[in-house]
Amino acid sequence: MSKLEPKSTNVAPQTDKVAGPWYEAWRSFKKSKIAVVGAGIVLFFIIVALIGPWIAPQGINDQVLANRLLKPSREFWLGTDDFGRDILSRIIHGARISLWVGFFSVIGSVVVGSILGIVAGYYGKWIDTIISRVFDIMLAFPSILLAIAVVSVLGPSLQNALIAIAIINVPNFGRLIRSKVLSIKEEEYITSAKAIGMQDIRILFSHILPNSMAPVIVQGTLAIATAIIEAAALGFLGLGAEAPLPEWGKMLADARVNFINAPWTMIFPGLAIMLTVLGFNLMGDGLRDALDPRMKS
Amino acid sequence: MTEPLLKVEGLKKYFPIRKGLLSRVSGHVKAVDDVSFYVNKGETLGIVGESGCGKSTTGRMLMRLLEPSEGKVFFDGKELTSISSDDMRKARREIQMVFQDPYASLNPRHTIEKILEEPLIVHGIGNPKERKKKVRDFLEIVGLSSYHAKRYPHQFSGGQRQRIGIARALMTNPKLIIADEPVSALDVSIQAQVLNLMQDLQKELNLTYIFIAHDLGVVRHISDRVGVMYLGKMVEVAVSEKLYDKPLHPYTQALLSAVPVPDPNFVRDQILIKGDIPSPSNPPSGCTFHTRCPFKMDVCTKIVPKLVEVEPGHSVACHLYGEQAQQ
Repeated sequence: MSKLEPKSTNVAPQTDKVAGPWYEAWRSFKKSKIAVVGAGIVLFFIIVALIGPWIAPQGINDQVLANRLLKPSREFWLGTDDFGRDILSRIIHGARISLWVGFFSVIGSVVVGSILGIVAGYYGKWIDTIISRVFDIMLAFPSILLAIAVVSVLGPSLQNALIAIAIINVPNFGRLIRSKVLSIKEEEYITSAKAIGMQDIRILFSHILPNSMAPVIVQGTLAIATAIIEAAALGFLGLGAEAPLPEWGKMLADARVNFINAPWTMIFPGLAIMLTVLGFNLMGDGLRDALDPRMKS
Repeated sequence: MTEPLLKVEGLKKYFPIRKGLLSRVSGHVKAVDDVSFYVNKGETLGIVGESGCGKSTTGRMLMRLLEPSEGKVFFDGKELTSISSDDMRKARREIQMVFQDPYASLNPRHTIEKILEEPLIVHGIGNPKERKKKVRDFLEIVGLSSYHAKRYPHQFSGGQRQRIGIARALMTNPKLIIADEPVSALDVSIQAQVLNLMQDLQKELNLTYIFIAHDLGVVRHISDRVGVMYLGKMVEVAVSEKLYDKPLHPYTQALLSAVPVPDPNFVRDQILIKGDIPSPSNPPSGCTFHTRCPFKMDVCTKIVPKLVEVEPGHSVACHLYGEQAQQ
C-alpha cells in the first residue's frame, strides 16, 4: 500500500472552512428578514417563559379583590382580571405552559410518527398497509374533535391535553417521514451502504433518518404553532388546563363574562397566542425555504 | 490463475409482473436469463451490452443486493447464494462495488471522512485513530488530499467524487470490485483519469474487477476478457483482443461496427441491425437475437444456442458456430 505514491491533486488548497448542510441552511435562513423576525418573536417568548418567575411583577394567583378589573395602568401594565390578578404576570406564566405544551406535544408526535413512518416506509408490505390505513382513519376526523375525544377518555387536565395533541399530530409526521423514507431508500447511497455491508438498523439511523429530517423540522415548527392553538382551544373548552393555571386559552374563556366592560382581560391573552403562533409560522416558512433544496437556486 | 476467484452458474433474475386487483403474477420480466461466467484472480472481466440487457442486474446479484431467482455464485470457494443474509453482509467486506452516479452514491449529509470510515466501522476494523489514518492514506492514494476529509460531497466535481467512491470500495481491502458503469456519468477527459487510476490500483493492490459498461472503447481499454450480453443472456465471452479483432456473434459484430473510428478516411463497413430490442417479458423463442439477426437460420427460432467454446478463450452462443452448425 505504501508503495503507492500520493497522486497530484487537482484541487487548489483552500481555506479549511467547512460548509456543512446545516451551515448552508442557516446562511439561507438569515437572508429572509421575515423569518428572522419570526425567530426573534419565538426567542422572545422562550426567554420570557424561561425567566418568567423572576420578571413577573406580581404573583400569578395573588387575588386582591379590591383591584378587580382594573384598566391597564402603571401598576398593572395589562390590567387585572375579575379576581384582581395581574394579567401581565399571568401571561408571562402562560408562555411557560403554552410553549411547554407546544414543544413536548410536537416532540411526542415526531418521535412516535418517525418510528411508525420509518417502519412503514422501510419495511413496506403489510405493515405499511396497516400503519398507513390507521393514519388515514385518524386524519379523517377533524383534529380538534379527535383531541376532544381523547381528552374525554383521559379526563381533562393540561397533561392529558398535551397527550391528546401529540396523538392527533402523529399521522401528519408519520406520513411525512414515510414518504421521505420511500424516496430516500431508492437513492444510490443507500444501495452503496448495503454494498459496503452495513446493517439495516445502521442504514436507517445513520443514512435514512438524517436525510429525512429537514421537512420534519419545518413541519415541527409549524406544528408547534398549531399545538399552541389547540391547547388554547382545549383550555377554552374547559378540557385542558384547570383553574387557577394561567393558560392562555383558559384566560380567554374566563374573560368571556367581562369582556364588554373589561376588554383587556381578553385582548392581551389573545394577542399573546396570536404573536407566538405568528412567530412560529414565520420561522417555519423561513426554515422551509432554507431547508428545501428545490427552492434553492 | 488456476482457480477462478468468482464463478457464476446459471444465474437468473425474473421480476414478476403483477396485474389486477389481487396482484396476480401474469408474467415475468426475464432481466437475467441463465448467465454463467467466471473471473480469474487479478483480471478484469468487462461486461457490455445495451441498456436493459441485464448487465447491472447481474452485477447487483453477485453481491446479493438483488436476490437471484436461480443460479449459484461461487466466490473464493464459498457459495454466496445459499448463505444467510447476515453472512452475506459480512462477505461484502471482500466484494465491493463502485457505482455509476457519483452524485447519488455519496450521502450528501456526511463528510468524506465519515463516508470513507463507515466501511471500517461496519466491519469492525481498527480503532478510531487507525481508521482516520487509513481514510487519509486512501484519499492520497486515489489522487485527492488528506485535507479533503472534512469536506462534503457537494464540494467536489464528478471525477473527484468517483475517486471517493473508489476509495470507499477499497477501504476494507476487498478482493473483487464490481464497477457498475463507473465512468459513464463522467466527462471523457475525466473518464481516462479514473480508468487509469483503476488500472494502477489493480496492479498495486492485486484487485479483480468486474467492469460493467456500455462503452465498448472503455471496456476494451480496461478488460482482459469481455462478455457481451443481449436480452439477459451472455452471447459471447472472449479474451479482449480476440473479441475486438474477430467477433463471432452477429450481435457483437454489429456492436463493434458501431464504434466510431478516429480516421476521416476510414470507410466504415457498418452492420445495421433492424428493429428494437424485444421485450424481456416476452423474449423471442430460440435464440433471442433471431428477430434482428442478418444470418438467421431455421434452427435459430427453435433451439436456444448454448455458450460453447469454439476456440481456446473464445466462447459464443450462436448456431453459426460449433457443433450445432456442423450437424
